[in-house]
Amino acid sequence: MTTDDDTTPPTPSQAEPTPAPPPTDAGTTTGLDARLVVDRTGSRDHTGFRLDVTLTAAPGDVVALLGPNGAGKTTALRALAGLTPLTDGHLRLDGASLEHTPPESRPVGVVFQDYLLFPHLSALDNVAFGPRCRGASKTEARTRAAAWLERMGLADHAASKPRRLSGGQAQRVALARALATRPRLLLLDEPLAALDARTRLEVRAQLRRHLAEFEAVSVLVTHDPLDAMVLADRLVVVEHGRVVQEGTPADIARHPRTDYIARLVGLNLYRGRAAGHTVRLDAGPAITTTEELSGPVFVAFPPSSVTLFRDRPSGASARNLWRCEVAGLETHGDQIRADLAGELPLAADLTTVAAAELDLHPGASVWATVKATQTHAYPA
Amino acid sequence: MTPLDKPGAATGPRTDRPRRRRAGTGGRRGVPLPLLLPGLLAMAFLLLPLLALLIRAPWRSLPGRLTSTEVWQALQLSLISATAATAVSLVLGVPLAWLLARTEFPGRGLVRALVTLPLVLPPVVGGVALLLALGRNGVVGKWLDAWFGITLPFTTTGVVIAEAFVAMPFLVISVEGTLRAADPRYEEAATTLGASRFTAFRRVTLPLIAPGVAAGSVLAWARALGEFGATITFAGNFPGRTQTMPLAVYLALQNDPEAAIALSLVLLAVSIAVLAGLRDRWMTTS
Repeated sequence: MTTDDDTTPPTPSQAEPTPAPPPTDAGTTTGLDARLVVDRTGSRDHTGFRLDVTLTAAPGDVVALLGPNGAGKTTALRALAGLTPLTDGHLRLDGASLEHTPPESRPVGVVFQDYLLFPHLSALDNVAFGPRCRGASKTEARTRAAAWLERMGLADHAASKPRRLSGGQAQRVALARALATRPRLLLLDEPLAALDARTRLEVRAQLRRHLAEFEAVSVLVTHDPLDAMVLADRLVVVEHGRVVQEGTPADIARHPRTDYIARLVGLNLYRGRAAGHTVRLDAGPAITTTEELSGPVFVAFPPSSVTLFRDRPSGASARNLWRCEVAGLETHGDQIRADLAGELPLAADLTTVAAAELDLHPGASVWATVKATQTHAYPA
Repeated sequence: MTPLDKPGAATGPRTDRPRRRRAGTGGRRGVPLPLLLPGLLAMAFLLLPLLALLIRAPWRSLPGRLTSTEVWQALQLSLISATAATAVSLVLGVPLAWLLARTEFPGRGLVRALVTLPLVLPPVVGGVALLLALGRNGVVGKWLDAWFGITLPFTTTGVVIAEAFVAMPFLVISVEGTLRAADPRYEEAATTLGASRFTAFRRVTLPLIAPGVAAGSVLAWARALGEFGATITFAGNFPGRTQTMPLAVYLALQNDPEAAIALSLVLLAVSIAVLAGLRDRWMTTS
């Protein structure tokens, strides 16, 4: 039980974030520099979970933590906000150490997954809550809140209670509420997950605009690769509590390094050793590529580049030709995606007509080929 | 039997909504006698005494009786002390409920059990315990008397204390339950906006659990109003000072039964008013 800081009202010095130095690119003292280590012993079903991720970002950056459920993304976010204590590591924001700063004194704003707008307060008072807690007078806080709602295009809904707001409006109120405290770090937990598909598109575009305008660091957590790629400048992929890959969205989409990412970006991915144009896979056959490499590599190719035949194609070169068995079929947009097992497990996309002509059904045996020019090899 | 026959006869021509109809008749037909008879008996058992109270009420002399100073004194004392006891329960009980619901400390389960003990403890035992603690020679009362000259037993304050002792657990249980059901992440959200834990409680949690606090207060108030055993043991039965309505009823029953009925009617009316006030909360399930 920690009651020491519970009853202490935030003093002005704590409440106002230290004035940020002018944002400079690649400055060592501005932005976010964190190594978040959180041990959770025996919580939920996976016992002994350990999160250990390093995050750095310059002011103005939007970083997305992308990963499957249970990877530790939300734990990382909570650690940044101070809601979950760090077991180890450090957390510096604009040069100031925050590891031991209680959450109410951190210059951090959070947009929660289901927004958590206070149901008993109007949109205006929800937004005014932060400034009020950080020492602003009631009128001042409300003026600031009104300005934020105006900026979010919600001036007409200032008096509305959260339950009267649509999902998209509630999301913007939550964003305004988080920004109204002028945070130096904005955290968004699955910002679009609570929205239906139609509003999602619209809200995603708006959110992108607001994040672009935000001058400090934004970190968002999502399991949706599209959200991550649209909203973020840089992706940090987290699996099992570790960073497995980070880079720009384009880089990650082209060069996935784990099966999870490959699945997200829709690529067949294999790991092997290259010698010249041939990559011998760790398990399975060889793949011929156009790149000339040596040593451990990844090979990736899109499912759409796979051609299927019922009988072994004659005449075609024997390179990148594998005998497979259809393990499953599903519609994928206007295409059929075939999951193939056999020499080389892979996914292949084909048109409905082609699937019918080939008489594909689970258990059918097929020949799959990929042109070397359609593959892409890169060092592991 | 007509209500039973009607839906059965209607099944012939219209079969578009068979399920509802079957459920309707089945529901009525399916009540087994071993449940129906005791159920009706229980209903009668609970309602009959109240009916008797109304039937035997001295309606003609009622206005005169209810305006007598004695009744007024008792009623006034009852209302004031029950309200004061509820206020005490609120001021101390809500924080206790918060501690039980939101913090972890060793022996919390035991504390919770002990706190709710007065719920099941015979009130007379509570009164005796209060005397031993706060009486003039009590464990604490001794010092209160010696140092501050405060004596609690057999005073109106004693009435309030006895009532609060019995009523507070009702409030604590009710508020704790509401707190547990309330999403603690709202408090986290408030914290990230710069609210201290107390500010978060005051400005976010408390408004969210207000219905539970209100219901708990009403329960506690009703319990305090009807409190008899602990009050008579700890505070005695002095008209105008410690004689609350239930004590007055009991006393009146021995020498003036009609007065007892009149006083009981007043308490019944108050109880019905309380029930009506809670209707939205507890009776909407049907």
